Amino acid sequence: MSLLQISGSPHVHTTDSVKKIMWTVVIALIPAMIISFYYYGINAVCVTTVSVISCVVLEWVFQKFLMKKKATISDGSAVITGLLLAFNVPSNLSWWIIIIGAVVAIGISKMAFGGLGKNLFNPALVGRVFLLISFPQQMTSWPLPSQGFTNVDAVTGATPLAIIKTAMDAGRDATQLLKELPSYAQLLIGERGGSLGEIAALAIIAGGLLLLIRKIISWHIPVTFIGTVFIFASILHLINPALYITPQFHILTGGLLLGAIFMATDMVTSPMSNLGKIVFGIGCGLLTILIRVWGSYPEGVSFAILIMNAFVPLINKGCKPKRFGAKTIQ
Amino acid sequence: MRTFIKGGVHPEENKYAHHAPIETFPLPKQAGLYVTQHLGASSVIAVSKGDFVKTGQLLARGEAFISANLHSPFTGTVAKIEPVPDIAGYKKMAIVIDVEEDQWLEEIDTSAEIKREITLSRQEIIEKIKEKGIVGLGGACFPTHVKLMIPEGKKVDYCIINAAECEPYISVDNRIMIERTEEFLIGACILRTALGVPTVDIGIEHNKPEAIAKVKEVAAGFSGINVHILRTKYPQGAEKQLIKAITTREVPVGKLPVDVGCVVDNVATALSVYEAVQKNKPLMVSYLTYSGKSVNQPKNYKVRLGTPVSQIIEANGGLAADTEKLISGGPMMGKTIVNLNACITKGFTSLLQMNAKDTKRLEPSNCIRCGKCVDACPMGLEPYFLAPLVEYSRWEDAKSSFIISCIECGSCQFICPSSRPLLDYIRLGKSKVGEMMRTQK
Repeated sequence: MSLLQISGSPHVHTTDSVKKIMWTVVIALIPAMIISFYYYGINAVCVTTVSVISCVVLEWVFQKFLMKKKATISDGSAVITGLLLAFNVPSNLSWWIIIIGAVVAIGISKMAFGGLGKNLFNPALVGRVFLLISFPQQMTSWPLPSQGFTNVDAVTGATPLAIIKTAMDAGRDATQLLKELPSYAQLLIGERGGSLGEIAALAIIAGGLLLLIRKIISWHIPVTFIGTVFIFASILHLINPALYITPQFHILTGGLLLGAIFMATDMVTSPMSNLGKIVFGIGCGLLTILIRVWGSYPEGVSFAILIMNAFVPLINKGCKPKRFGAKTIQ
Repeated sequence: MRTFIKGGVHPEENKYAHHAPIETFPLPKQAGLYVTQHLGASSVIAVSKGDFVKTGQLLARGEAFISANLHSPFTGTVAKIEPVPDIAGYKKMAIVIDVEEDQWLEEIDTSAEIKREITLSRQEIIEKIKEKGIVGLGGACFPTHVKLMIPEGKKVDYCIINAAECEPYISVDNRIMIERTEEFLIGACILRTALGVPTVDIGIEHNKPEAIAKVKEVAAGFSGINVHILRTKYPQGAEKQLIKAITTREVPVGKLPVDVGCVVDNVATALSVYEAVQKNKPLMVSYLTYSGKSVNQPKNYKVRLGTPVSQIIEANGGLAADTEKLISGGPMMGKTIVNLNACITKGFTSLLQMNAKDTKRLEPSNCIRCGKCVDACPMGLEPYFLAPLVEYSRWEDAKSSFIISCIECGSCQFICPSSRPLLDYIRLGKSKVGEMMRTQK
């Protein structure tokens, strides 16, 4: 007979694990991935493949040879980083630029801090912002959706947000502009220019619902993030409709939904308590609109999330959960 | 359906012994009775080696304010009085008895007749409970009579019976409520009388429909019994959480239930109170569930105190080949059994035989800051934050982060997807901080 085990309680454990959580996020990202394949064809497949493989290989290399630790690539977190990085770039991006992005995302943003769980900033976003600053030309020439695999050399054009930014800077009327932009219905299903994974609102929401049901994310961050953007944009729009575009447009364009549902909610880089999550979501929403409307970049979601990531330790310190029985202490 | 609001988890219930009637376990040949089987000051031995004792005779007397009497569950000769290792392997003073055929003390009513009428006064009831060595049988074993003596200036509004039985596997309170409904309810009414309150509130989790139906049916014949059906969530049976669920009152940090006008006793305690007060019978048995995934036939037993644990296992065919861990108590808060020859004590609610798949501790990985532990903590603490504080010996910070509030329910460690040993650290921190606070005083 084998020896009996001795330990402190509890003696049972949930069936949930880091691995399960991470792979569920991967599954939740699949609808958006399929839509991107549908609209951007073989290019999207290439970008996604290069990004995922380089992230996973890099994580393995860093863990094995630099950190001399057991490799944990099977936990799926590098796959998520790879997918999200691919989702945040144009579909015609050269493979070597993607690999640079992966080196920054995995190497600098994740492994330099000590690997999964220790990083302060969302790795995919750090990779994306690094590329945006280093390769502004390549990162902002967006192929327009073409449907199917036939049209490899798609026409490039600006994203709806970039169109607005340029037009506004030129002093045009926002109400007129709306007619030239994709309709809300088109935005919902992805018929517009943009990064790979951000184009189809419905696919992203479907993935978000899966995460909500599986309790991997809570409603706090997405709802407060999107809600703040909606309220802030509504106020601006009500003040001067000619100068500020509608709030619906703000929500459905750019990376807002992808950011609010998949990236701001990243467990590692978001606050712990529900109150903290609400503060975090509101901060992200405010910064997004500030950057979109008054900043020099047309899109502000990545910057907003990264800035709020930096505040997470402070938010965690300030937003403690309600202690049982502490209210009545004298 | 009510429940407590903050935190909680849903471990697999695995109540395999739900439908197993309580069986009386046969007498052992030799039994060991630890002199002190309660929380509080040690009892004083009242017999000596070679003495012949009858069933129900006093073995040790609780002389201090917080202490309890111990009675012989057997008839026989005191073979020796010496330290015997307990379930954790620590040697504790015990009275070893060579068991013979039962000869009950004459004052004890051993008939099956149910005595409904409560004739004793408040003070007499408390005296009786003290005399018969009743302690809280939920696991803490705090002397019941002390709980019933309300300090000057405090007022009790609620007499609560804890019938949540929120730990997985354990089903013995459920069986008591089904099989001994009336005696249990009379016991509850005695407690109510002792506290001088008009009603008694019984909180049962809704995963025990048979018990709920039976208790409701019989309670209809009594007055002033409220049965609360609670939405199943662990740790509903934790005193503070149960009070919150039933009364919405919140016991302040570092205070006792009586500070918010509540006294809580569990089902087996109420039954023992009935037997002590109405039948003159001391606390001499433990009602326990014998279950776990490596047990073929889960059972509920009424076992005399002092019966060696090994005898229960042997009577059921010995340890299975896949047995990995033996637990006294539930899988969430129970203690691992180190010594199979240890003897059953008061408040031994279950004996679990767990297999490796069920109970194996997984290799911990990095904390991914998911916050699940914060969500699960019923006391509003931050386990992910407390564990590293303890790891780096930051006791002052741990103290100001309310580490002392931890009720050790294990929800954080249960839910952690990275399998981090959160409670191990917090428990260590609690004892260090507690020590620190005591020396500062």
